[in-house]
Amino acid sequence: MIKVLVYVAIILGVLAIGYLVRVFELASSLKGAKPEVITEKDNRLQARLMLLFLFAFFAYTIWNLVEFAPRMLPVSASEHGVEIDWLFNFNMIIIFIVLAITHVALFWFAYKYYGRKGIKVTYLAHDNKLEMIWTIIPAIVLAVIIIFGLRSWNKITEDANPNSMVVELYAKQYDWTARYSGTDNKLGNANYRLITPTNDLGMDSTSAEGVDDIVVKNEMHIPVGKEVEFKFRSRDVIHSAYFPHFRAQMNCVPGMTTYFHFTPTITTEQMRKDPYVIQQVKDINEIRSAKAKKEGRTEKPYEFNYILLCNKICGKSHYNMQMTVIVDSEADYKKWLATKPAFFAKPVDAPKEVAIIK
Amino acid sequence: MSDNHGHHESHHGHDSHDEHHHEQSFVAKYIFSQDHKTISRQFLITAVIMAFLAMLMSFIFRLQLAWPGEKFAIINFLLGDKWGKGGTIDPSVYMALVTIHGTVMVFMVLTGGLSGTFSNLLIPYQIGARDMASGFLNMLSYWFFFLSSVIMMWGFFVETGPASGGWTVYPPLSALPQAMDGSKLGMTLWLVSMSLFIVSALLGGLNYIVTVIQLRTKGMSMTRLPLTIWAFFVTAILGVLSFPVLFSAALLLIFDRSFGTSFYLSDIYIGGQALEQTGGSPILYEHLFWFLGHPEVYIIILPALGLTSEIISVNSRKPIFGYRAMIGSIIAIGFLSFIVWGHHMFMTGMNPFLGSVFVFTTLLIAIPSAVKAFNYITTLWRGNIRYTPAMLFAIGLVSTFISGGLTGIILADSALDINIHDTQFVTAHFHIVMGVSAILGMCAGVYHWFPKLFLRHMNKNLGYIHFWGTFIAAYGVFFPMHFLGLAGVPRRYYSNSAFPMFDNLIDINIFITSFAALAAAVQVIFLFNFFYSMFRGPKSEQNPWNSNTLEWTTPMANTHGNWPGALPVVHRWPYDYSKPGKEHDYVPQTVPLAEGEIDGGGH
Repeated sequence: MIKVLVYVAIILGVLAIGYLVRVFELASSLKGAKPEVITEKDNRLQARLMLLFLFAFFAYTIWNLVEFAPRMLPVSASEHGVEIDWLFNFNMIIIFIVLAITHVALFWFAYKYYGRKGIKVTYLAHDNKLEMIWTIIPAIVLAVIIIFGLRSWNKITEDANPNSMVVELYAKQYDWTARYSGTDNKLGNANYRLITPTNDLGMDSTSAEGVDDIVVKNEMHIPVGKEVEFKFRSRDVIHSAYFPHFRAQMNCVPGMTTYFHFTPTITTEQMRKDPYVIQQVKDINEIRSAKAKKEGRTEKPYEFNYILLCNKICGKSHYNMQMTVIVDSEADYKKWLATKPAFFAKPVDAPKEVAIIK
Repeated sequence: MSDNHGHHESHHGHDSHDEHHHEQSFVAKYIFSQDHKTISRQFLITAVIMAFLAMLMSFIFRLQLAWPGEKFAIINFLLGDKWGKGGTIDPSVYMALVTIHGTVMVFMVLTGGLSGTFSNLLIPYQIGARDMASGFLNMLSYWFFFLSSVIMMWGFFVETGPASGGWTVYPPLSALPQAMDGSKLGMTLWLVSMSLFIVSALLGGLNYIVTVIQLRTKGMSMTRLPLTIWAFFVTAILGVLSFPVLFSAALLLIFDRSFGTSFYLSDIYIGGQALEQTGGSPILYEHLFWFLGHPEVYIIILPALGLTSEIISVNSRKPIFGYRAMIGSIIAIGFLSFIVWGHHMFMTGMNPFLGSVFVFTTLLIAIPSAVKAFNYITTLWRGNIRYTPAMLFAIGLVSTFISGGLTGIILADSALDINIHDTQFVTAHFHIVMGVSAILGMCAGVYHWFPKLFLRHMNKNLGYIHFWGTFIAAYGVFFPMHFLGLAGVPRRYYSNSAFPMFDNLIDINIFITSFAALAAAVQVIFLFNFFYSMFRGPKSEQNPWNSNTLEWTTPMANTHGNWPGALPVVHRWPYDYSKPGKEHDYVPQTVPLAEGEIDGGGH
């Protein structure tokens, strides 16, 4: 019944607008004006709106920056991330300059040269000199951008330091598992055909390098100041391991291993004391407790943590596929690791027979 | 100028079009028509309907993002009790809406709708041809498009819902029915729909290319073509070269889904079972997909830029600045668009050196794009701007093409892409640069050529409201979205409140959704104006905008064969506006050069 009423209301609404427009058109044609002809008055009004838009656009840009920038990610917690942030700001400055120049020109001309009697049009079809200028200047600016960009890219993607600590991140719908390579710093073999309910990663118990491997879920720890080489695998679909606070990301692709390495520089404890982070956490907690109060429940206060997110659409619960990352001091990290037994310390189910579907 | 050709309906004269005088049946005239004008209208109306459906989808998921978990009667109303139980949206259906919104906008609206409408309408008209090279293939092109649109929407009426792996439908997610509901029947429908769409795009594209090459009227050399035609021509070439690659990508995916092959699948354990497929690679799909996918964004934006070139020149009453440079940039953009696809894949684990090559080629595209933007701005300089609604939309396009294009510089830089790849920053970037820009271009085209499409004018005041509402809402929606990305919010998240990290961004999402509501409201005004003016709008004169191009030399009637008499002969380029020493501020292309007059902008 309600559906019918809604449809009826929509139809009546459309009819009403129709008649309204008709009335306006008839009224204007009574005055002898053709409603479709663009008058000088129209031009003037639209030109003024263009000028108004120019100011509004810049005011809005500045408002966005002032209002939203304090909610961006805090200072990068990795070595290469600082360079990425610098590069980002550098490019952003160029972008804002170009945005400002082009938009001032665009909307100022749109205002200044609105159509009216007596305006003199300059018949100008091309100007080789001007065109050369605005081909060459962008080319030079882009060359600078490319050179800076590739310099950073090459540095970030060069091979990991042989002494770096090897950690595997294993993705599946919808959680992350981290596997530490243990004292030998080498990961044991794994095969998807060995997966059983107790052996989520399909680790091979006969692989000597895997004997000391440690598997953790929900929360992973890494030591500060030490390069970590992540090896990524996926069990089912493509996922993407995204560490926003470390400016790091790599896809996890079934059937292959991908790599990314970075050096964390700020421990979780230190980051929690950063004034910028303190402010963000305070804001988040205010919003959360207000909401909880409205709903009549109490909320545990949020504490800042580094996070690992899934950043490639992977199914229904994609939005909640995450893991907490904790950067410890070297000593704390060792203490934490010591509490974690090797995976094969407990017996695991042997794979039954390999399930094959046709 | 109103030499009225109204009493021309009697004879065509000596050309071979006499058979068209037969009274056509309703079906032949309006349904299975082979006339380019009717086919153009069919494309446009279908695209407008599809655009509204896609917009409705986006509005539903915007509600969820701004007020996650809240109950909305409208969600229950639209999605029913199964998918919108109690007024909250189901997470799988959220994914489906995101996917179908993207697919419909990219393919049905901005490829089929934009090229289909304006290439069909303007290619024969502006080059002085009676119709497309093959009216029959043209008709097939529309009906394949129609079928493909229907099948795409059909997904909403099957038990497991439509495809929901994102518009790029990467395998293995899209290949494995076990991975999500949307990869079941809905995904099959997506692939069938897309295959039909590709057939449509190829039939259309080949036709456009042949027509432009073969059927130009006497005097219409390639360097006298309006920039619209150049844009459609290059677009058609891009489509013909890249769509077959998408077809092969889809075909291999169909094999993997239905016939147990392993082109894209390897070492997968899902639903408690290890699959036997091994040796394939999902990265192969990504390469094939983006080999179409990147030219595709230029297939979308080039026609919009072409329409804008024409509209800005006509309404500034000035020649387009740098005609040859504009042609050069269209060709350069078209060429470069084929060698940049890897920038969508920096994070797939591909060789970093290969990544560097794609950084270089991608940033090169900024040069011809910059040339185009500067040329538009210079065309306005010292003009005599007439603010038709079309002109407003064209200026709006220049703004969004610049502001959206500039953030592309960030994304093309692989080092920066590490942190913002697949975040809301990307969503913001491509919506502004190709979504909003192309929609603004398409609206500009609709307002400008409405008199040729439906022989009437649209209401200008509703047009003004439509423009300002859309333009402001576009920046209202997509400008803050960049900041969400910089705060680390990924794309395609059903909710940003599953964990506390993003809770301080909720008012940005509410801000965005409010502007999305404004955008939707003004589109309803457009919808009304569009259908109302089709039947009740004021009748148009023959050349309402005082344009130079050939379409305005045809009578204001749906003349089959376009020109009742002989085809027009072209004597000059199309941009002689406000030429010194001329009586009027425009000189149609059919006017012979005066003695000593230089063609192409000299004087």
